[in-house]
Amino acid sequence: MALFQIAEPGQSAAPHQHRLAVGIDLGTTNSLVAAVRSGEALTLPDDSNQHSLPSVVHYSVDSIETGLAAQALSVKDPQNTIVSVKRFMGRSLADIQSGEQQLPYSLTASDNGLPIFNTAQGAVNPVQVSAEILKPLISRAEKTLGGDLEGVVITVPAYFDDAQRQGTKDAAELLGVKVLRLLNEPTAAAIAYGLDTKQEGVIAIYDLGGGTFDISILRLNRGVFEVLATGGDSALGGDDFDHLLQAHLQRAFGLTELSASLSRQLLIESRRVKEQLTNADTCIASVTLENGDTVNAEVSKAEFESLIASLVKKTIASCRRTLRDAEVTADDIIETVMVGGSTRVPLVREQVETFFKKTPLTSIDPDRVVAIGAAIQADILVGNKPESDLLLLDVIPLSLGIETMGGLIEKVVTRNTTIPVARAQEFTTFKDGQTAMAFHVVQGERELVDDCRSLARFTLNGIPALAAGAAHIRVTFQVDADGLLSVTAMEKSTEVKTTIQVKPSFGLSDTEIATMLKDSMKHAKDDITRRMLAEQQVEASRVVETLSAALAKDADLLNPQELADINAAIEQLQLTAQGDDTDAIEKAIEALDAQTQEFANRRMDNSIRAALKGQSVENI
Amino acid sequence: MNYFELFQITPSFDIDTANLAERYRELQRAVHPDKFANESEQQKLLSVQRTAQVNDGYQTLKNPLRRAEHMLSLRGIDISHETTTVKDTAFLMQQMEWRESLEDIKDSQQADELIDDLYQSFAGFEKTLSQLLATLLATESDENNLSAADQIRKLKFMAKLQDELARVEDSLLD
Repeated sequence: MALFQIAEPGQSAAPHQHRLAVGIDLGTTNSLVAAVRSGEALTLPDDSNQHSLPSVVHYSVDSIETGLAAQALSVKDPQNTIVSVKRFMGRSLADIQSGEQQLPYSLTASDNGLPIFNTAQGAVNPVQVSAEILKPLISRAEKTLGGDLEGVVITVPAYFDDAQRQGTKDAAELLGVKVLRLLNEPTAAAIAYGLDTKQEGVIAIYDLGGGTFDISILRLNRGVFEVLATGGDSALGGDDFDHLLQAHLQRAFGLTELSASLSRQLLIESRRVKEQLTNADTCIASVTLENGDTVNAEVSKAEFESLIASLVKKTIASCRRTLRDAEVTADDIIETVMVGGSTRVPLVREQVETFFKKTPLTSIDPDRVVAIGAAIQADILVGNKPESDLLLLDVIPLSLGIETMGGLIEKVVTRNTTIPVARAQEFTTFKDGQTAMAFHVVQGERELVDDCRSLARFTLNGIPALAAGAAHIRVTFQVDADGLLSVTAMEKSTEVKTTIQVKPSFGLSDTEIATMLKDSMKHAKDDITRRMLAEQQVEASRVVETLSAALAKDADLLNPQELADINAAIEQLQLTAQGDDTDAIEKAIEALDAQTQEFANRRMDNSIRAALKGQSVENI
Repeated sequence: MNYFELFQITPSFDIDTANLAERYRELQRAVHPDKFANESEQQKLLSVQRTAQVNDGYQTLKNPLRRAEHMLSLRGIDISHETTTVKDTAFLMQQMEWRESLEDIKDSQQADELIDDLYQSFAGFEKTLSQLLATLLATESDENNLSAADQIRKLKFMAKLQDELARVEDSLLD
């Protein structure tokens, strides 16, 4: 964590200091961390020169292992070794158990149906498991780069819904790491290829990872990456190839009952066979049974391809649909980029090449390309490249709607709308004196609530008691650049702000996060109060620093009285921030925010006018 | 909010969409949250709100139907939540015929050709409607405004048909 610094107004702290930030690819199978060093984005290896960390966590009674060490325990102790946790993120236990093959874990559902792994260390949820994967990557980065990180960019599948994104962000925040941005994996890959500097036109990014499939269509124009449409399947990936092969081997070996350990062994062997078949026409699969016997079976490339053909076809159908959403045709695509380890499968490459009618780009290691792109974006966002032209305009992958009468859905934001986006919707009371109203927010494309993913339920309270139909409540749904939803509401005639309690359907509530945070602190022998104080102090210094820079540039937008008031509020904040009263610092920041709201608005108007100055004069 | 003002473009149904896209990118460079990643929470929130406005403005001006609706709403005629419907009998007959053709697609041997034909007929009809709309919006009068609103309603019917067709096309892929 950055040390608290106070800068005098008009003078920012260490302006040319290189800030440390990394990009993290939190993958289903493997995870990587990358950073820009001496102008080049590279993945960072660990002490034994391994770049990728297997996304595996092992819980034993007195320790937690990750990566290869955990993977080594996978066959011996499958119940306490969690693999592919990304597939559990933001999903209900029922949802997971309906789709997956036999899972070797001891799973229970939380109060709101989320999966909980019962391990040798007690109950852990997918967010906590993901945090364990992030932990060694962050310490690796801090050790290699020689300092504390100021922020990270974490990549997510473009097709991840709100709950899955929020879970990913929560995992990083559990570790006290600032998330600069959740970046979509396909967009990260496009950045890594430097396509922005080379060309203008429409590109397609086909991303088949271990557990997820994404297809994104982007328009490039002088540094701006505009996502036109995105599609895919957040539960389709190379893991499914492995599972199909596993079932095939089970049949071939004539095994009816599988122990958890043998099942895991079979799965690992399936993955090996799949990888072998990339460059070979046949491969011998071999497993050791519980009685010590070893059994073998030959698998041909053709057999493997017939097993996975329908899944690959499914990805191509997604490509067709997404092209249409983007309002372009395959002929418009000037470049296709392949991302994700599963694009090494020859059948996948062939099918993609046939569909888009051009040889896909594969020059950057498909396993590393996402982390590299994330590192480039992190370097820019943290402020190391103020002159950069790069700008990413992402879209929301799935429509957002609210439940209406009879289990139907009214769409509020349709899929592939560029984010950030805000939509206001008006509702009215139907009873005299009604003071509360309940909402159910869902995400998905289908018309019935039951066919969509439930995101959250929230209740508006504090509606002024009026006659039925007299209170008009304006509810604003806002989706930020990370694709995360927030909701605000106001009664129109009285301008009363109503309060909202959001209960995420498949995410963690604020209280659950606070509890997890406290637990993690206990382990780290840290102190939550100290951390909260430090966070407020850092925020205070950020506010003062950016405001000082703004004043140095645009003080002429203020009259002398306004300027004096702001300076007084700054001094007050600086004074308060030197103390140790967290609440007082928070209040002082709020006071300064209120004092400078109008100034911030004027500056924004100014920069909007300046932005269009270069355009041909077509003023009204 | 007047989106023509935000983009500093003269209000008109015929706009240069390439120029609009260019202005959109320039505005995004000025307001996008990524430009404020290191600034205060207040700045970030303000930037999210402004960017949402710019995005909505771009989508409104880019889409001919929404652009026309926006022009009418700036003239005080809001038809976005109305219940008035089209009374033109010939138009409604044509709609029914097209809906029947949509029904026929799934049982047809030449589904792809039928789909292509329908897309072409829709596009042709929409072009005629849009041209009429452009003329009506160019000269502001009460009569022209009301007549323009009628054309917009028809274009909405066409947009729904397009969606239906896309859905039918999708169902053939599954």
